[in-house]
Amino acid sequence: MSSPPVGKAAATGFPSRPLPPFLIYRSAVAMKILIIEDDRPSADYLKKALSEAGHGADIANDGETGHAMAQDGTYDALIVDRMLPEKNGLAIISELRDAGDRTPALILSALGEVDDRVTGLRAGGDDYLTKPYAFSELLARLETLQRRGNAADAETTYSVGDLVLNRLSRDVKRGDQPIVLQPREFRLLEYLMRNAERVVTRTMLLEHVWDYHFDPQTNVIDVHISRLRSKIEKGFDKPLLHTVRGAGYVMRE
Amino acid sequence: MVALPRALNTTAVRLSALFVLLFGVCALLIIVYMSAMAANFVIRETRGAVDAEIAELSAVFNRGGLRALVRDIDRRSRRPGAFVYLVSDGRGRPLAGNIADLQPGVLEYSGWIGRPFNYSRVGDRQPLAEMGENAPRAVAHVMQFPNGLRIIVGRDLGDPIRFRSVVQRSVGLALGVMALGALLIWYFVGRRALRRIDAVAAASDSIIAGDLSQRLPMSGTSDEFDRLSTSLNQMLGRIEKLNDGLREVSDSIAHDLKTPLTRLRNRAEDAIRTGKSEDDYREALHGMLGEADNMIAIFNAMLLISRVEAGYTKFTPAPVDLGEIAADLCELYEPVVEDAGGTIINKVEPGLTVQGNRELIGQAVTNLLDNAAKYGLTKGKQIKLEARKTADHVTLSVIDSGEGISPEDRDRVLERFVRLDSSRSTGEMARGSGLGLSLVSAIMRQHNGRVDLEDAKPGLMANLVFPVAKSGETAN
Repeated sequence: MSSPPVGKAAATGFPSRPLPPFLIYRSAVAMKILIIEDDRPSADYLKKALSEAGHGADIANDGETGHAMAQDGTYDALIVDRMLPEKNGLAIISELRDAGDRTPALILSALGEVDDRVTGLRAGGDDYLTKPYAFSELLARLETLQRRGNAADAETTYSVGDLVLNRLSRDVKRGDQPIVLQPREFRLLEYLMRNAERVVTRTMLLEHVWDYHFDPQTNVIDVHISRLRSKIEKGFDKPLLHTVRGAGYVMRE
Repeated sequence: MVALPRALNTTAVRLSALFVLLFGVCALLIIVYMSAMAANFVIRETRGAVDAEIAELSAVFNRGGLRALVRDIDRRSRRPGAFVYLVSDGRGRPLAGNIADLQPGVLEYSGWIGRPFNYSRVGDRQPLAEMGENAPRAVAHVMQFPNGLRIIVGRDLGDPIRFRSVVQRSVGLALGVMALGALLIWYFVGRRALRRIDAVAAASDSIIAGDLSQRLPMSGTSDEFDRLSTSLNQMLGRIEKLNDGLREVSDSIAHDLKTPLTRLRNRAEDAIRTGKSEDDYREALHGMLGEADNMIAIFNAMLLISRVEAGYTKFTPAPVDLGEIAADLCELYEPVVEDAGGTIINKVEPGLTVQGNRELIGQAVTNLLDNAAKYGLTKGKQIKLEARKTADHVTLSVIDSGEGISPEDRDRVLERFVRLDSSRSTGEMARGSGLGLSLVSAIMRQHNGRVDLEDAKPGLMANLVFPVAKSGETAN
């Protein structure tokens, strides 16, 4: 994927919610998403925002309809509200899982209790987001879910441009030059590269690299990123680790 | 002064009235039963005495015949005592004895007369007919002889009757005194109860009128009224605290969200007025997005605090390694602290565990580290994490080297939305919502622990104090 100049689409599309430039070029990996959400304005907003990001979306307004539509199995990912009429979101997901359907599912919840995340993931959800959420956060998580579906876990090496990370030997090289990383920096880079081309948010980094599920404060993650960036980019022409304003970071050539 | 009718209309008075009534009925039944028994007893005893007298007299008769008997009766009649005698001929004329006159019909009877009859004694000033109710009464044995001679041997009932009336009078008097006492007690007990209740009602009225600082009066005797007042006062204290908290929070929300809202609006206005290119608009929108995210963060923190405080945030306590949390989070904050020119030192040994929730404790430690990184590097360049364990507590301390917090502010900073002036001025717009420490405090309360703030000379020492989990005890 090349990097065309920032398009006009962002400004003309949805004025109250400018999408970060990188998200506009997601159409190459367009997903078909099912939104199961009883609140129509939220569902409509989600559908519109997703379509601007290049994804197709269908809406189901209650649990039964949502379950029936999800069973068709033609969706790349599900966005499931936890509290639904007819059938609750967790029941839908666990029934789908019991039937062998592994379609990635992101649970939306207004509850946000400490144990909610655990019960949500235990029911078979792949990720969990508490309302109110930022759309960029939702989109980023959705796209990494699809990546998970692509079985990136099986790969032993990740590469972005001339940067190569070997997960087994834990070597990192840019071109011929080895790069020495602290263990945490390695995990940070590993997560970023595993999700190359996809935006990862600060919250996702705190979750996957440090294993804490709260909002990172101020700029703690940014400082880690800038240290990592100086290690992998210093002395090289081409930046690989980009900041996406209002959303997070992305590894791309 | 409490009006009597109202005093009589209290539960205490009604209860005691019921008891007095029941008691009175029982007392009456006992009196009736006792006097019946006593009367029976007196008659039986009297009959015994009369029978013994007759036995003696019959011995005299057997020895000396009728003449000796009459002489003996005559002699006995003159002796003072309760026995009454009469010997009369076939026509009813008295021959000997101390009975002057008799209720008609007695002489015609033969055998034991158990029903008391009236008679008059020899020497009485009035004749029997005029005595009426005051006539002496007796029981007697009447013996008829074949020659028409009749002998009556009996015993006067004056003493037993007097005794019985004395008993009845005194029991009646006692009952009367008791009833009067009960009335007095009703009055005073009722009045006292009413007075206490009136005081409570008056206090309640002013509480209802909005003065939540009012408390119910206590008499200091720790009686049931005091116990009730104590519980109600504790409830009022809790309500007052919640109410104050609510008011404070709504004030603070108004204040703290007004600022970012105003900024948000200003940016939009500014962009519309002065924006020329798409980039200008984009820039303004990004800024607004930041403000909105900031507000969402504040809301989330508020929500979490109120959930934790209301006890909604349910979690299953599990062993949490404080050493691991300290190591993780020190590592997370190290770059920030180093960029600010400081160092962070972790002295917490791994393996120091408490019962709780890793996420919440992690959040608490993060908030403390965040404060330390923001405000704790002004006097020195060091942030230190320490832990110690005593028999009762495990304490994790975050020690910075900033200005510290003055003793009078230490309790206040744990409250919601309280930001010390120094911190307000330090952060440009900072993510400082004034909620960090109150979230820490709420989290610690949910772990049955507390936050202590101390002077680290210089700097602030924030201690997270956890209770040592006894086996089988849960943190919730």
